[in-house]
Amino acid sequence: MTTISDFMPNEMMTIAAARALSNDDVCFVGIGAPSAACNVARLTHAPDITLIYESGTIGTAPNVLPLSIGDGELCETALTTVSVPEMFRYWLQGGRISIGFLGAAQLDRFGNINTTVIGDYHKPKVRLPGGGGAPEIASSCRQVFITMKQATRGMVETIDFYTSFGHGEGGDHRQRLGITTKGPTLLITDLALWKPDPETKEFTVVSMHPGVTREQVQETCGWKVRFSERLEETPPPTELELTTLRELQARTERAHGGKKGS
Amino acid sequence: MAKFQSLHDAVRDNLKDGDIVAFEGFTHLIPHAAAHEAIRQGRKDLTLIRMTPDIIYDQMIGMGLVKKVVFSYAGNPGVGLLRRMRDAIENGWPRSIETVEHSHAAMANAYEAGAAGLPCAIFRGYRGAGLKDVNPEIRTIACPFTGEELAAVPAHRPDVAFIHAQKASRRGDVLVEGIIGVQKEVVLASKRAVVTVEEIVDDFDDLHPNLCVLPHWTITSVVHVPGGAHPSYTHGYYERDNAAYLEWDKVSADRDLFTTWMRKNVLEAGPEAFAERVKGL
Repeated sequence: MTTISDFMPNEMMTIAAARALSNDDVCFVGIGAPSAACNVARLTHAPDITLIYESGTIGTAPNVLPLSIGDGELCETALTTVSVPEMFRYWLQGGRISIGFLGAAQLDRFGNINTTVIGDYHKPKVRLPGGGGAPEIASSCRQVFITMKQATRGMVETIDFYTSFGHGEGGDHRQRLGITTKGPTLLITDLALWKPDPETKEFTVVSMHPGVTREQVQETCGWKVRFSERLEETPPPTELELTTLRELQARTERAHGGKKGS
Repeated sequence: MAKFQSLHDAVRDNLKDGDIVAFEGFTHLIPHAAAHEAIRQGRKDLTLIRMTPDIIYDQMIGMGLVKKVVFSYAGNPGVGLLRRMRDAIENGWPRSIETVEHSHAAMANAYEAGAAGLPCAIFRGYRGAGLKDVNPEIRTIACPFTGEELAAVPAHRPDVAFIHAQKASRRGDVLVEGIIGVQKEVVLASKRAVVTVEEIVDDFDDLHPNLCVLPHWTITSVVHVPGGAHPSYTHGYYERDNAAYLEWDKVSADRDLFTTWMRKNVLEAGPEAFAERVKGL
């Protein structure tokens, strides 16, 4: 396997996220960073993966990354396009989706996500766009992957609002609320891979990306980080992975006039 | 029965001060021209419903037409936040607005319930989610057969819906293609429906039998506005003007810049300007 030493943390994040997806997955692709990872997976090791965007496009295979979740490219390359009520009722609520892939503005150690407000809901410091499809993606998909860049203002001790429920206060909190799906099972950042502890459900670092130190992971995270006893190193991007990602981004930039897709 | 009207007359006849109104389009087919006409006519105290409030609701809020917004995702798609809506929520400029916030699943179900003539929508949602603690319209109901606790929200029943679509026939039947979003549900859920279209054709005789067609007797008014979704797009006609969405981020960041832009591009322009705007897209 050829490896490339010259890659950016963002690229490692996208590629590590892509590797977590498989050919058999039916993946509900959230707005933002997840979209690049899902399409790199499709263009490398998982050509038959089914990508679904909440705009109703099922089995889409965009040649460039969409700027919005409703770009025409998604519809033109999809197997079929259904209405938005049908998408949420039959496909998501109906239990057809194996993986929900979400980004986060704020995340806590139990995989709870806030994309609603910073500060108090009724007197917000910053009004964020809101949940969109995420509250039900988080509860209806069989499992949830989360991807985000590490930063202390993003990975926080306590989130300001529970937009999408992860493992709540940890342990069996999901089951106690009658949620039967697994919830967040993987967090992919620009520095590491994290998985929930089987008992407490707290995210634990299981693999650090090449060249990353424990100190870096802790400095960019707002809670006290737990590291797995069997900490691994993430294999660096292969030439194929990196070339695929870079070509996809170059095509996207050309198509959108300089603006990177999401 | 669908009436063919000018955009001015369709808005004048169908949108009243204080109305509950939905200008829908899920990234695609957003009725920009119709929203601009509502701004020119200076409607007041509107309650806006929309899954994804974006530029047009930012503009209507910034121009002071709005008292309340019911929504599930308020962002400039692929770009960032809605700065005029934020200014209204965070600072009360130009007036404070009330917000009622849902998830997409709830909004889509609420439109479907409205179209189905039901008083509420029932679905499996909001479990563990914070919105149910800040929105009193999110309730629960027990399934009478299994006892499962499910979420319930009131149906959407707007006074009037505005959508953009590809084609109308001379009879006023309307064809919607591509990402169809909630275009069908919002029309069927609303008391009145105004549709702007790219093109008017003689008939729909050669269409595939399963396409999304709204019969003329479900539509109040049809208006021919080529380019009427710009900078959103119309599948089969023109692409999304991504540069315009990026430009909006700058325009909307400053109250004076916003006001000047609105005067030039909305108040002193008309629906005929849209055809020009989509040339080359």
